[in-house]
Order: sequence, then C-alpha cells, then structure tokens
Amino acid sequence: MPDFDLGPVWLTVKLAVVTVSLLLLVGTPLAWWLSFSRSRLRPVIEAITALPLILPPTVLGFYLLILLGPATPIGALWVQATGSTLTFSFSGLVIASVVYSLPFTVQPLQTAFEAVGREPLEAAATLRASPIDAFLTVASPLAKRGYLTAAVLSFAHTVGEFGVVLMVGGNIPGETKVISIAIYEHVETLDYTQAHVLSAGLLLFSFAVLLALSLLNRRSPLRAG
Amino acid sequence: MPVLEIDIERPFGKFTLTAAKEIGLDGITAVFGASGSGKTTLLRAVAGLDRGVAGRIRFAGQVWQDDARRIFVPPHKRGVGYVFQDARLFSHLSVAANLRYAARRARRESRPIDFDDVVDALDLGPLLDRQTPALSGGERQRVAIGRTLLARPQLLLMDEPLAALDIRRRAAILPYIERLPQTFGVPVLYVTHAIAEVAQISQWMLLLSDGRVSATGPVTELMERIDLFPMTGRFEAGVVLSARVTGHDTTYHLTDLDVAGQHMVMPALDLPVGGEVRLRIRARDVALATQRPDGISIRNVLAGTVAEVAAEPETAFAEVLVDLGGAHVRARLTRRSVADLALAPGRPVFALLKSVAIDRRMIVAGGVPASEEA
Repeated sequence: MPDFDLGPVWLTVKLAVVTVSLLLLVGTPLAWWLSFSRSRLRPVIEAITALPLILPPTVLGFYLLILLGPATPIGALWVQATGSTLTFSFSGLVIASVVYSLPFTVQPLQTAFEAVGREPLEAAATLRASPIDAFLTVASPLAKRGYLTAAVLSFAHTVGEFGVVLMVGGNIPGETKVISIAIYEHVETLDYTQAHVLSAGLLLFSFAVLLALSLLNRRSPLRAG
Repeated sequence: MPVLEIDIERPFGKFTLTAAKEIGLDGITAVFGASGSGKTTLLRAVAGLDRGVAGRIRFAGQVWQDDARRIFVPPHKRGVGYVFQDARLFSHLSVAANLRYAARRARRESRPIDFDDVVDALDLGPLLDRQTPALSGGERQRVAIGRTLLARPQLLLMDEPLAALDIRRRAAILPYIERLPQTFGVPVLYVTHAIAEVAQISQWMLLLSDGRVSATGPVTELMERIDLFPMTGRFEAGVVLSARVTGHDTTYHLTDLDVAGQHMVMPALDLPVGGEVRLRIRARDVALATQRPDGISIRNVLAGTVAEVAAEPETAFAEVLVDLGGAHVRARLTRRSVADLALAPGRPVFALLKSVAIDRRMIVAGGVPASEEA
C-alpha cells in the first residue's frame, strides 16, 4: 500500500481527543447535577441526556444539520463570526460528536458520583472544604474509575460514529473525512484493500478498548496519592 | 462559655423536630434520647448539613441560620467539627493524609492544635501509614476524631461515634473522648442513646423525646428527675452521686466514702483521701426498708425520706425517689411493695444499695486533686 492515506486516521484521533475533552468538561457538572439534584426536572433531563443512545444516528444527524445550518440563529452567528458554515466543518463535527457521545460520558460519571454519595462530601464540608474543594479533592479521586470509563467509552464511541458524521460533516478530506467515512468511500469505489486495513484497525482498536475496560473493572480499587 | 441558640423546626419520620433553646456549652453536653427522637436531626441542623431546617441558629454570637434575614451559613464556614457514626474517612487517602487534609484547612481563628498532640492523644502513631479501608471500627473512629480536631472546630459535634463498636472497644475509646474538652479547649455536643455513656463522660444533658427538647441541665440533676424516667429509661435508669473518699481500710481492701454526709464503702479505689468520685446507682439495684435492717450482708444502707412515688401504669412496677438529704437515689420496686410498706412522700426509709451495683467505670478519672479540697 504505497499510497495509503493516513489523513482520516489522524483526523479521527483529533476529533476524538477534542470531543472527549469537551465532554468531560460538559459532562461533569451535568452528571453531578443528575446525581445529587432533587429537582423535579431531573428525570426529564436524564431522559434527554440518554436520547442519543436510542435515536437512529440519521435522525440525530438530521436535526443537528438543521440546527447548525446557516438558517438558524446558531448557524448564522457562526457564519458571522468565522465566515464559514458550521455544517460540513470540523467544528460542526465536534459539536455533533459531543451531543452524540454525551450519554457515554454522563452515565459512567453519574454512576460513579452516586457511588461516592453525599457522605464523604459532608465529611469534607465539616473539615472546612468548600464545595469545589471537596469536589476536586474528594469526589473526583473517589470517582476516578468513572472518569476512566467515561473517557474510554466516549473516545471509542466517537471514533466509531458514522451516521451523524455523514449527515453533519459530509466527506471533506482533512476536515470531516474520518475513518468510518473513509471506509464507506473505499467500499463505494471498490478499493477493498484500503477498506480492509481501516476496518481491521477499528476492529482491533474496539476490542482492545473493551478488553482494557474489562480488566480495569476487575482490578482492585484504584487509589490516588 | 459559648452559647448555642436554636429555634428550629424540621419534619422527620413521623415527628417534627421542634427545638427552641439557649444552651451554654461547656465540656461535654450529651444529647440523649431514644432512637428516632431527633438527635441526629438536631446535630445536622447545627452543622448546616440539612437545608430542610427552618428557623434560627446562633453560636457564640455568630448567626449560622436566620430564615427571617435569609441567612444560611454553609457547613464549611461554620467551623463545626462533626464525627459521624460511620467515621467517613476518605478511602482514597492514607490515615496520615486524612489527618493532613483537615490540618491544611484548619480554622485559623481557633486555638492552634498541634498535629503530634492529636496523634499522641488518640494513639494514632502506629496507624499513620495505614490505608483507611484496612482499619478496624475502633481505629476508624479514633482517626475520625483526630481528623475533626485538626480542623480546629469551635464546636465539636459527635453523632453516636461508638454505636458501631462492641462494648470493649467503646470502653477503650470513651476515655479519649472524655478528655477532649479539657485537652483541646473545644465544647462537645455528644449524641447517644446509651445512658451509661452520658453518665460517664458528660456534665450536661439535653433530653430529646419525640422531636422535642424535654429537659436540659446537669446530668446529675436530670438523672434524679422522676418525671423524666420514661425518657431516661427504666431498666438502665439510675442516679449519679458525687462521693468523697474519706479513708481506706487496708485489711478488707475497702474505701470509705462520704455521700451527702452519709457513710458508704466500696471495694478499694486507687484515689487519695479527699478525692471525688461519681457513682452511678441503678434504680433496679436499690431496695427500700422502713427500718434499718439488721443481720444483712449489704454494707451500704443510707437513711432518707421518700420524695416521690411514680407507679408505672399496667405494669407491676413503681419508681421511688428517695431524698438522702441533698443527694437522691431511685429505687425500682413492685407496686405491691409500695403498697405493703405504705411508701408515700415524707415517709422515712432506708435505701439498701448492693455494693456490686456501684459502677466502677463511673469513677471520674483521677478524681479531684487533694489540694482543691482545702
């Protein structure tokens, strides 16, 4: 394979890294709120967060395409600010991936925070730790495994997405052409060799991720410091 | 003496905790009551751990909560220490790291507390490098107490810290707790439903019953109050008497005591003449006679008059409060005995105490130094 194109691989890794970073930032407060809020809105928000799990990616992609398109306020604002559209761009792809993989971040974090419970946080508060201090020094280390699971699952899920990417991002080399799209294109053009390489790579990657998670969950409790 | 003012309401279970009190906090104040009487609810309200509390809480001039003025000071700004029933050590940190966690966040306005002093006072040295999940129940609670002290609280709240421990471990930790107020200069609110703990370590008592404060006052006084018997409990109920050592009998290994001007003996105590002891006498270990008995093995016979008789409806029993001339003892008799002996207020009686019933654990550690007895 002298002319093997690594472009989609790097683009996919870049997309996954950016998406996971954003997801952990957005997912943490959301998962925290879902774990501890007594609000009546909680079940509603919980259901909305889980929607990407069961919606067909094309449905999600369709709505995102419309929402991010230049005809809506969000899309128009983006065009005004950057001079290009949000749809069919890397940025648009990041937003779509964040929405699409949200449950894979929020659910492990929520489970981890609920397992930590209020008790250690109350103890921290009576030791004069502010809520943010207690979150950073007590809840986060205790929920470390939840963070690992969330990061690994979200990364893998973002790498594996296809439908949403196709709807929102299309197939622009170096901009939106990620591995799954590249495979699709190779198959369409009957370039089975390249499709084989990328598919086998993804297969191995996915297996490695699941194996790592399984081993991680079997190991004795994680400890910090 | 710092004063805790509470005027709060909080629904819980089938009751509503309704407490309006001003309590001067000095040494250890026991919050005593049956399970479900609202003890923990009260403590959590004071700590600010419960947002469902309505009312007003002030401590030592600081407003911690005042709904009328929309003030609610969050727990981390109140400067209260809280020792939980389940210790709540941070499982991701070693014992030493748990202690340092508190020390780093210590309240600067409070009197300094030295890390090593706390470690020494609670014998934590051998535990410092251990991981917290590997500790025994008793060790956990000692670490939790130490950790709380190192945050230098202005008020220490302890919520049945010994409830999860067996009797021997409890007995091992109680002396540590008893010394805290003097050693570290912090008043303690101590929740318990064990009257023996109240008698052993606390000077003051706040009695809770079905969500209401039934009484507050010195432990010795409340233990004598016959109207509180349903709350202080019947079987374990008794009084705490102050006694002074007047001499030692080396032949029979006995110590002579003076209780309200009357003579008592008990197995030899390692205390100087003039030293003070607290004796707990359970009502079920006191018998009454209308004449001074003769030819009897019981050595401790105290003369007094019946002050109060309270029959327990629909049971065979009655409680009799006997005035010994300053001090009081309680006797638990059958109602039949009360009738046969015609026991009524004012009747002179003799209280027979089985010496075995004097609880040696109730001896105030070390007693009062003889020099104070000039």
